[in-house]
Amino acid sequence: MTTTATPRSAAGASRPDGGIDPRGPQLAAALTSVVLLAVLLLPSPYDVVLLAAQAGAFASGAVRGVQATPQAWLFRTLVRPRLAPPSEWEAPEPPRFAQAVGLGFALVGLLALLAGATVVGQVAVGLALVAALLNAAFGLCLGCEAYLLIRRATARRIAS
Amino acid sequence: MTTGAWIAVAAVVLTVGLGLWRNATDGRFRPRRAVGAAAAPGAGDSPAPAHLREVEHGKDPDDVAAPPPADVPPGADVAAVVGQQLGERATLLQFSSAFCAPCRATRRVLEDVSRLVPGVTHVEVDAEQHLDATRAFGILRTPTTLVLDGSGAEVTRATGAPTRDQVLTALARVPSQDPDASTTS
Repeated sequence: MTTTATPRSAAGASRPDGGIDPRGPQLAAALTSVVLLAVLLLPSPYDVVLLAAQAGAFASGAVRGVQATPQAWLFRTLVRPRLAPPSEWEAPEPPRFAQAVGLGFALVGLLALLAGATVVGQVAVGLALVAALLNAAFGLCLGCEAYLLIRRATARRIAS
Repeated sequence: MTTGAWIAVAAVVLTVGLGLWRNATDGRFRPRRAVGAAAAPGAGDSPAPAHLREVEHGKDPDDVAAPPPADVPPGADVAAVVGQQLGERATLLQFSSAFCAPCRATRRVLEDVSRLVPGVTHVEVDAEQHLDATRAFGILRTPTTLVLDGSGAEVTRATGAPTRDQVLTALARVPSQDPDASTTS
């Protein structure tokens, strides 16, 4: 006997409202990893410029949705047309939230680099790199997991 | 090497370590202290938050040795909230969220097992929509799969997607219909 408490659209055929191809965020994370690696390896003026660009991409993803990043655009125009439709669709909110977390790290890194605290900035970029690499290589979305924890924490505050 | 390069190397090493650790521990069932038996919030939809917090942090094992017999087991409570019943022998209680890809794989495995093994029910709960239950059971990640015995007390749990064999092995640990199962853990 099988019972499912919250029925949601079955895998495959139909695309739920606002559902995104889960391979999109994963490829975006791979591209983001490359950018963040370059930020760590490039000499002084270039790292700041590149990090600012990545912060802009994070901001766009956080504010206008995950589909609005340059990485997502690359996936849509270059990669997606060559792939079969995905077997599953994914809700866009958690990866979007993860973009906001990435933006936080990128901004800390950017401010630190601009203020001359190079190592602090690079550590912040390194942490963002860990999150992006985990998503790209293992399909693990740290920001997505934080999403439930934060929902738990904020709802608790409301309840008590 | 520059500091940036060292940090890059450290980030890659940390990532590989974290990823492999996750891959190794995902889906592994770990027995839980008798927290599940103590979690009985009583019947009803409005359990006191203080009580839930107490459950979440775990209680002294001595305190939970004799649960009040009238209490509804916590698992039964959760199942009732989502309009399901516990399995006679065991219940596979899955906490999911709308976004998590491994939750879907987990659902397929658990549905499969519940079809295969008589008396076993699969109940899936959206963690975000049932935050009370999420807190009562101390769920930190989705998917988390709890194996409940016939009375609704937790026997074991796994975070991450388990394999079918892991679920079957965990089911074998469920004591057969025994009201004082909570004293042994």
